[in-house]
Amino acid sequence: MTDQLSQGCPGKQNSDPEKQMQKVIESTDISKAFGSTKALNDITFSVDESEIFGLIGPDGAGKTTLFRIIATLLRPDNGEMKVLGQDCITGFKELRRNIGYMPGRFSLYQDLTVEENLNFYATVFGTTVKENYDLISDIYSHIEPFKKRLTGKLSGGMKQKLALSCALIHKPKLLILDEPTTGVDAVSRYEFWAMLAKLRQHNITIIVSTPYMDEAMRCDRVALIQNGLILSVAPPQKIRDGFSRKLFMIKASEKYKLIIALRKYPGTVTAYPFGDSVHVTFSDDRIDESLFRFLSEEGLSNVTAGETEAGIEDRFLELMEKGATA
Amino acid sequence: MNEKVIYVKNLVKKFGSFVANDNLSFEVFGGEIFGFLGANGAGKTTAIRILSGLSSPTSGEVFVAGINASKNPEEIKKQIGYMSQKFSLYEDLTVKENIMLYGGIYGLSKSLIKERTDNLLEKLNFREYGDKLIAALPLGLRQKLAFSIAVFHEPKIVFLDEPTGGVDPITRRQFWEMIYETAARGITVFVTTHYMDEAEYCDRISIMSEGKIVALDTPENLKKLYNAGTVEEVFIKIARPVNN
Amino acid sequence: MKRFLGFVKKEFLHIFRDYRTLFIIFGIPVAQILIFGFAISTDVKNAGVAFLDLSKDETTQKLTDKIISSGFFKRTENLTSYSEIEDIFRKGKTKEVIIFEKNFGKKLQNEGKASMSLIADGSEPNTATLITNYTMAIVSDFNTDISGFKANNPMLIQPEVKMFYNPELKSQHMFVPGVITMILILICALMTSVTITREKELGTMEVLLVSPLRPIQIILGKVVPYFLLSFINVILILVLSWLVFGLSVKGSIILLLAESMLYIMLSLSVGILISTVSNSMQQAIFISLVGMMLPTILLSGFIYPIENMDKAYDLISYMLPPRYFITIIKSIMIKGTGFLYVWKETLVLISMTILFIVMSVRKFKIRLE
Repeated sequence: MTDQLSQGCPGKQNSDPEKQMQKVIESTDISKAFGSTKALNDITFSVDESEIFGLIGPDGAGKTTLFRIIATLLRPDNGEMKVLGQDCITGFKELRRNIGYMPGRFSLYQDLTVEENLNFYATVFGTTVKENYDLISDIYSHIEPFKKRLTGKLSGGMKQKLALSCALIHKPKLLILDEPTTGVDAVSRYEFWAMLAKLRQHNITIIVSTPYMDEAMRCDRVALIQNGLILSVAPPQKIRDGFSRKLFMIKASEKYKLIIALRKYPGTVTAYPFGDSVHVTFSDDRIDESLFRFLSEEGLSNVTAGETEAGIEDRFLELMEKGATA
Repeated sequence: MNEKVIYVKNLVKKFGSFVANDNLSFEVFGGEIFGFLGANGAGKTTAIRILSGLSSPTSGEVFVAGINASKNPEEIKKQIGYMSQKFSLYEDLTVKENIMLYGGIYGLSKSLIKERTDNLLEKLNFREYGDKLIAALPLGLRQKLAFSIAVFHEPKIVFLDEPTGGVDPITRRQFWEMIYETAARGITVFVTTHYMDEAEYCDRISIMSEGKIVALDTPENLKKLYNAGTVEEVFIKIARPVNN
Repeated sequence: MKRFLGFVKKEFLHIFRDYRTLFIIFGIPVAQILIFGFAISTDVKNAGVAFLDLSKDETTQKLTDKIISSGFFKRTENLTSYSEIEDIFRKGKTKEVIIFEKNFGKKLQNEGKASMSLIADGSEPNTATLITNYTMAIVSDFNTDISGFKANNPMLIQPEVKMFYNPELKSQHMFVPGVITMILILICALMTSVTITREKELGTMEVLLVSPLRPIQIILGKVVPYFLLSFINVILILVLSWLVFGLSVKGSIILLLAESMLYIMLSLSVGILISTVSNSMQQAIFISLVGMMLPTILLSGFIYPIENMDKAYDLISYMLPPRYFITIIKSIMIKGTGFLYVWKETLVLISMTILFIVMSVRKFKIRLE
């Protein structure tokens, strides 16, 4: 079930081939159960320095559990987790000085002002806002005009920026972001990822989880996770390109009727709605006349069909289907 | 079906001096899937609360299922279904108990409840989950069940507030097929979402920004108008996030 | 109607599936009945009485026996002089001193009357009144017994009642120390337990844990503000009781404040301990209030004297910190005693504080599970 491609080599931009690629995170056979529920199953992957590594999967996949293990907040039942060269269980004290963690729902103090929150986190980590200001200035400048406002009164996008600033203020080597864009509107999500890309320049490694497939494309490498299992680890382009069949895009005037009809059609393997069209795979990897005839018999009009490139979500759906039958 | 199930004209809602809804006007037709989009803080939730009879407009005309929202908000509640992301079902009750509760609240007879319950469980493939506590079900199943319960009494309109947050892509699509099927039965679906690709599934969408509606049309028309390939691009072009 | 019934049915289901609600509905009433029935008794039982018998004759002997065998009293000591009275009250076990004048029996025979004094510990006004009333009833009975032999020459013993401490029997003397004790432990325990569990609930605790802050720093950081504020609270209450009720501290204020600081420390650490076993604010509040308030009010000796309780409940009260502090604070405020008389209780409080703090630090989870 694990479709693992080699980590961190061909295809990755590395200007200095002699530079020692230190693995920031090395996870080997990590498992974790809560009572009778297995949250994580033999998770193995690694993350390189200065990478933006995405953990993509729906709710309940195990993303938060995995992140908490990396952040030394939970102990794995089995396996080994090395972060920044230290074991996450024995080296937690040292690690906690060098990681920045942003858990879900931002976890800021709602009854403190923007300024007070930032100062608090700076002080707790033994630094000052001034010291690392240049690191967060791109992000913080958006909310600095509101620094005397109570955090509880900020919009979702602004809270997100504040939480990121607080996680960065002590210049951590590894930034762990747990679903930072969930529940936030599309514009803020867009801006957030732009900010993350800039952080690479400061040699900060970022591991980020998200349920949004499109955000996967912004990462250097991603791991697709579902039900505690990793389905694939690779650069997003490679995952996408791993789609095993030809993908076709079919449109018609009546969206719902189209889906039902396509599922009835004998040659169809999978048919999923995707925005304004349906993505379909056929057992013989092609469309022919019989499809159009069938569809018009079903009462559909304005049918257009053509081949299309598979996106990462198509590949995820394919892997999930495989996982379900395996 | 070209009956106007929602008719809004010059809706204004103020909280003190803050204008949450600024002169909204739109209509929604029977059996439509209407997508209601906008950034956080744009005023969506305020508008939905007014439409579902939970709050009154400051001024303007609001008719839901033919009922005047300013005069008879209580009547509206009988004609609509509602499902929000935050709360849908009682976790310490079983599947069947939840169904019976809501069936009872909407005044369905015992025999009708039984019949529809059997159908529902059959359709969702839930036969063996009937007596399980909601707390034991995974999120995807809960959302599907919550939706089914929201339309259990066959209302004229069902309001869905971000119903697919965080759910896996397969379940999301299955959920939308349930929405399609519901709309095909003649129930109007009024849905808000942050997933821009879901906006494409709707018959028409509106985009709110800072209290006003800045776009209202079919997804195709909007894409043409703004020269965009996806609704997401349209959204980014016209909806500025609220910073106050 | 059907809607309504459907809704009622749901409420029943919620209740029966939540053990906490069931506990409140059934557990608490049962506990209360048991406590009120057995532990709390407004009757006098085993009240300590000391005798200063300046006569030591057959009559005083008979009367003494009658008093002791009544079942309400328990002899603590036989005093030999007036100067010992203050000391014996300070010790606390004696609630009444009975003094027979010289030549009691002879005077009774020859003059037909004799005097005795009942001196009661006024720091617990209700108890003092009860005890003296009981004593007087016994004496009156005795009167009838002995008069019976001489119908036309009745003999009369007239006890004279005096209060040691709190001569006016002001009830504030009872209730102000008790209130201080109760308020301090409730507020401190409640506040610290809630502030820590609130962070857990909001999710900010996660971020604190992942920071370089050590558990002891987090705990002390939470405790310091409440410590200072509670201390100010104590001073405020003392000033208020002085201004409004005229209640002044008889003993050393410095000692009182020092003991208060110790007790505050103890209460705060109870709160921390509660927070380590609670996962939500609701739980913390529940344990703090229900777990601490009721026993404190009812079993610590605040309202109902411990001496009057059945042995079992008496044992329970030994585990309650408030019991010790009430004794200390009453001693200092009303009896004016010094450290020598309260060192035992102080030691208990110190050990409890250390115990709770150590337990809290060890139980404080540095991870999320």
